[in-house]
Amino acid sequence: MEKLKLQKMANEVRKDILTEVFHAKSGHPGGSLSVADILTCLYFEEMNVDPENPAKADRDRLVLSKGHATPALYAVLAEKGYFPKEELTTLRALGSRLQGHPNMNDTPGVDMTSGSLGQGISAAVGMALSAKLTGDSYRVYAVLGDGELEEGQVWEAMMLAGNKGLDNLVVVVDSNGIQLDGTVEEINSPQPIDEKMKAFHLHPIVVDGHDFDELHRAFEEARTVKGCPTAVIARTVKGKGVSFMENQVSWHGTAPNKEQYEKAMEELEKAGEALCQM
Amino acid sequence: MSDVKKIATRDSYGNALAELGKEHDDLYVLDADLAAATKTVTFKKAFPDRHIDCGIAEGNMVGVAAGMATTGKVPFVSTFAMFLAGRSYEQVRNSIGYPHLNVKLGATHAGISVGPDGATHQCNEDIALMRTIPGMTIINPSDDVEARAAVKAAYEMDGPVYMRFGRLAVPVINDNPDYHFELGKGVTLKDGTDVTIVATGLEVAASLEAAEMLEKEGISARVINIHTIKPIDEELLVKAAKETGKIVTVEEHSIIGGLGGAVCEVLAEQAPVPVKRLGIRDEFGESGVAEELLKKHGLDGEGIFRSVKSWLGR
Repeated sequence: MEKLKLQKMANEVRKDILTEVFHAKSGHPGGSLSVADILTCLYFEEMNVDPENPAKADRDRLVLSKGHATPALYAVLAEKGYFPKEELTTLRALGSRLQGHPNMNDTPGVDMTSGSLGQGISAAVGMALSAKLTGDSYRVYAVLGDGELEEGQVWEAMMLAGNKGLDNLVVVVDSNGIQLDGTVEEINSPQPIDEKMKAFHLHPIVVDGHDFDELHRAFEEARTVKGCPTAVIARTVKGKGVSFMENQVSWHGTAPNKEQYEKAMEELEKAGEALCQM
Repeated sequence: MSDVKKIATRDSYGNALAELGKEHDDLYVLDADLAAATKTVTFKKAFPDRHIDCGIAEGNMVGVAAGMATTGKVPFVSTFAMFLAGRSYEQVRNSIGYPHLNVKLGATHAGISVGPDGATHQCNEDIALMRTIPGMTIINPSDDVEARAAVKAAYEMDGPVYMRFGRLAVPVINDNPDYHFELGKGVTLKDGTDVTIVATGLEVAASLEAAEMLEKEGISARVINIHTIKPIDEELLVKAAKETGKIVTVEEHSIIGGLGGAVCEVLAEQAPVPVKRLGIRDEFGESGVAEELLKKHGLDGEGIFRSVKSWLGR
């Protein structure tokens, strides 16, 4: 998919995210908006997946280890055709297939249950290891938050992935610099992330997480890296795309009210129109 | 029972894995730097390519197993009960239990019979923890024969299974041609009319001993082996309660939330009768030789005999 199409798609995904969280009256818009471009790039450009056959054995896998950003994952899956877009308004509702955090048994296209931070990455390592053990060719993408890197289990997983040389694994860090209680810097910074990844025998690539060219180049580079996993450290903006949500701690886990939702949607409509004129 | 053959169920676990590994290519074993102790080293020698040592990082190992299970492999996760049910409780709950993944948890060194390592390594709480996870099957085999059968049954069923094994060599009591292991079915090993002793794990052999001693005192004790703690054999328990009127539970585990808890939950709702729970009371363990510790907590044949006799007022 060409860059402009990806940008347009990501803009649709952002609108979906806001619609989901607005209807749910709870959820995590900030970290969903920051990861929107990354997930759009992966599902529409990089990954070998088939919405008609979500469980096909040789598909690439994605584990959203930062599971609270699942509105972004659901939006991308719906746009990709895994389930009807109309269902997005049922996020977090009783009986919905769209649980507050991803559950593989509920939602077509979700490869792993996640949301308890630090656990998804271990499962992703297990998937990548599994492929190595039986010579399967699929690739595995794990998407983490930078706040999530404070969980010790993440580094247990990194150590094993590095030592086992899992070059079929790409760890993507959505580094938006903000967590629930404040900035990552204030709370317990995992920086420098690239140097830590290198020390754990991962190949680090730092990119702008909102630039599709840079993201694409990083994922291409990852395919050529042999003998170790790749860590794509994506610098992002929390709340990206909605002016009043950008870089605001308060939008980590708060849903917009009607007025805020309408204002946000208006901004995104304008951004979409601007993309159409390019 | 001094000349009876004794085998630790952790050895049974390692041997059963090595046997099953011959038949099933999709069986993988994960360990956390304890292969020599959990006895998965037996499997490792036979199938080095299917044995993954994850290092001393149990929470991650559980997650890795979950990921492997999503791709169709059948991982047996192996470490001490303390680090599997205890340290990794939340990983087991969220990464295996909630998505109901086909991961088998082989927990060795359970209970106070760990012995000299002391309280930090004596997990008397694992059954209670695992019981609270929806859809988790829990097996606590009584001897070598049952342990090997349990591993096979765990492989053959789809879904998460927690298996509890011990470090201490325990008497082989099921080595007979009629032995048949059926998940979820308790086994009446001795009939009786005055009281029913419901035991699990290594306490089954000790309870049989106690029952023999009670018999000599004119007390007729039924003995039931509950190898599957979840789902528990409600029918057999209710029948025993109705027929004998009194129940004693015996386990090498806290009396809170383990077999005693499970039995009380069933009986309180379906056939309320007096129940005496024998096990580790609300306390931590300590260093000591396994047999001495079991004796101290009244969990040897003699101790069970005395407790039952005294409880019955005889």
